[in-house]
Amino acid sequence: MSTTTSAPEETLAEVVVVDYGLGNLRSVTRGLERAGAAVEITDDPDAFDAADGVVLPGVGAFREGVENADPIREDLLAVADRGQPLFGICLGMQMLLTSSEEGETDGDAAVEGLDLVPGTNVRFSEGQKVPHMGWNELSVEREHPLVEGVDGRYAYFVHSYYAEPDDDAATVATTDYGREFPSVVANEAGNVFGTQFHPEKSGETGLQILQNFVQFCADR
Amino acid sequence: MGLTKRIIPCIDVDLDDDGNPAVYTGVHFEDLEYTGDPVEMARQYNEAGADEFVFLDITASAHGRETMLGVVEQVADEVFIPLTVGGGIRTTEDIKETLRAGADKVSITTGALERPDLINEGASAFGSQCIVISVDAKRRYDEGGEHYVEVDGESCWFECTKKGGREGTGVDVVEWAREAESRGAGELFVNSIDRDGTKDGYDVPLTTAVCDAVDTPVIASSGCGSPEHMHEVFTEAGADAGLAASIFHFGEYSIREVKEYLDERDVPVRL
Repeated sequence: MSTTTSAPEETLAEVVVVDYGLGNLRSVTRGLERAGAAVEITDDPDAFDAADGVVLPGVGAFREGVENADPIREDLLAVADRGQPLFGICLGMQMLLTSSEEGETDGDAAVEGLDLVPGTNVRFSEGQKVPHMGWNELSVEREHPLVEGVDGRYAYFVHSYYAEPDDDAATVATTDYGREFPSVVANEAGNVFGTQFHPEKSGETGLQILQNFVQFCADR
Repeated sequence: MGLTKRIIPCIDVDLDDDGNPAVYTGVHFEDLEYTGDPVEMARQYNEAGADEFVFLDITASAHGRETMLGVVEQVADEVFIPLTVGGGIRTTEDIKETLRAGADKVSITTGALERPDLINEGASAFGSQCIVISVDAKRRYDEGGEHYVEVDGESCWFECTKKGGREGTGVDVVEWAREAESRGAGELFVNSIDRDGTKDGYDVPLTTAVCDAVDTPVIASSGCGSPEHMHEVFTEAGADAGLAASIFHFGEYSIREVKEYLDERDVPVRL
């Protein structure tokens, strides 16, 4: 177990960033602090319960992500079940779904995501350059506190797979890359959501989304 | 609108006489806003609408690397856009500590040419998205290449060079780009020794040859002297991002002016 805590000058909410060994957590932590959160970076599931919200970051492959998060799988499901905000970023968002083509290509047993937003992640296959890398536009499809004030603005993406939720209503925002794909998804209850892009790398738009998240955590 | 073309200012980081980080521009600088502090420069470029940064440690020394990591930490804590860091990266340990300092991607040139497995190792440990393979290409008019293009009536190939173009490698840039991609590079960063510092425009035939050979995003670099050059490399060569240093450093054009120029000509940019 390892835990690091840090706090902004004025704390609106206490947020846990889950450290399951994938990716650089520095920017997401600084971004959340800028947005008014006190951040605890930890792999200790006991911290989840007390937090106002939980962030599941992640960079890398689906299988690796799911396997690394396996020891805390039940704890993440419990966060969602208790109605606490659970925010998946990039691979963290893809892990909220049920499965991924990326997990099956190895030929091993299917890798199971958290299944909090039922659906699968599929690879871009219409001749686009892969990965989809760079700034692209967000088109908000339905209301959700996370996307307030960001319709038509740009966010930074780096990914080769995209989410295909079973239920169209899970799509909160879409983005166009050769085809329209869901760039923000959420569950029916609204407390589990994710962005395919990196808000911590998306300039002012990203900070707005992190602020929306921290405010959402503070309000509940 | 879809994916936008990225405009990336490049900041070469040197050490001043006291061993502090300083932005290297190659020529005397007269703009009053210029402070020489790379962190302050990053702040200003971010406000001006930069889509990403490239920081290059041009000292290639141990102290330079250490200083660079400090700069990266400061920038990453304040500026919330992607950072690519290059210069002297040769091992997975170098990659790891650069990413840990807050870089999103590392740019590798010589380290990958000398030991191509570094690409595979980096991609499998940290993901392809953070492995940028950079080439310093030079036009050659001899028989040594594999992939030839017609430029101004002459047939030439592009060679990967080392040490700022002073040393050849015999490796064809187009073949190397394909190999780097198949080994797991997530992006290619194409510099031209022939155009570097000229402001005559990007090497469009070079950039085109690389863009045509791979499916990975390509950053065009070297030679940008005007918004027209950016337009040309996006529309004619098919580059995904345009990198420039001096036209921004010297305030000849702001990033926003370049983006407005492109926007007026229907090149998608983030405004």
